[in-house]
Amino acid sequence: MNKELTKKLSSGHATCQGCGIPAIVRHVLGATDEPVIVANATGCLEVTTTIYPYTAWKVPYVHSVFGNAAATASGIDAAQKALMKSGKIKKKAKVVVFGGDGGTYDIGLQALSGALERGHDFLYVCYDNEGYMNTGGQRSGGTPYGANTETAPAGETSFGKAQQRKDLMEIVNAHHIKYLAQSNVAYVNDLKMKAKKALETPGPSFLLVLQPCTQLWKFPTSEYVAVGKLATETNFWPLYEIEDGKYKINNVQKNPKPIEEFLKVQGRFKHLFADKNKDVIVDIQNKVDDNLSKLVKRAEKS
Amino acid sequence: MERGGIIKNDISKSPKTGDWAYSKPEVDKDKCIGCETCVQYCPDACIEMQTHNSQLTTDNKKQKKVADIDYDFCKGCGVCAQVCPVKAISMRK
Repeated sequence: MNKELTKKLSSGHATCQGCGIPAIVRHVLGATDEPVIVANATGCLEVTTTIYPYTAWKVPYVHSVFGNAAATASGIDAAQKALMKSGKIKKKAKVVVFGGDGGTYDIGLQALSGALERGHDFLYVCYDNEGYMNTGGQRSGGTPYGANTETAPAGETSFGKAQQRKDLMEIVNAHHIKYLAQSNVAYVNDLKMKAKKALETPGPSFLLVLQPCTQLWKFPTSEYVAVGKLATETNFWPLYEIEDGKYKINNVQKNPKPIEEFLKVQGRFKHLFADKNKDVIVDIQNKVDDNLSKLVKRAEKS
Repeated sequence: MERGGIIKNDISKSPKTGDWAYSKPEVDKDKCIGCETCVQYCPDACIEMQTHNSQLTTDNKKQKKVADIDYDFCKGCGVCAQVCPVKAISMRK
């Protein structure tokens, strides 16, 4: 067991073989030496690290219900303020929230929006595995167009999820917070740099981190880093940050790979390679190009 | 369980997730260049760098840091073998 990396989250948790979520947690929490308090939405991370009567957490950890991780963080922040005022504590601990895409894009969105608007001092980290993976892979607002999921199955008449994924970064950006960034667990240095910046930002900050799910994106357990890298190399998941409203793309792809490279390594997109679904891949490629050109324009403007 | 419903981390009571592994990573200590790439990506944080006395190093350095794997918690996913830039880790049954 690595002593340095397990200071805040120990080994022995029950995430699936080859799951990148613990790596995200360790690198985000490792970016600060100050004490932290973790709030967690229901999801893969919560059910695997806190199997009763054990816990893998070595820092104070609160889980209440699915949709209110951000509201829990608001409460912790408010309590710390009150304790500071009455002189019971001298310094505030950092508050970090971890939520999956289900607990952030869909169920926890109003709690997140409220906490961002009230300006509480916390960092919200959304690990985006693009579906409700803990309960068997149902579609979420973060599931990409064309993916085969349990509740949007591909078959004779359907090609999988027929809707585009939500642009969560823009939703969060609409709250005018000081720092938010999109990162990817396969780019550890990028993730560490962004976590450090976000934790040093006073007030709310937000990180959206891609987390390839080996079980329900359907690829071998050894491949989460390779699949994550392909997502960025095909511009499906560009790495960028928004600081005081200014966009900055961190990883500009000079020769982006075609989106097929990213789709073909995953079982959830297997059906798209049948002849009748060829136009869906063209749609996905067009959407990726469109999103990137919008992002590039915003980065040029600021 | 302590007062107030607080549960504390105790690694000695923790389930040994090493039981899950169907294959185990093996480090070729002479090939390993000590870059620590595998350490960062290991989901279970069970790789630590350890000093190793090598006879085969070409640049007269007898001691070097190599990856050492804790099989108590290694689930055998194979991420370390996949990310290794010099392919010093191989998965064995």
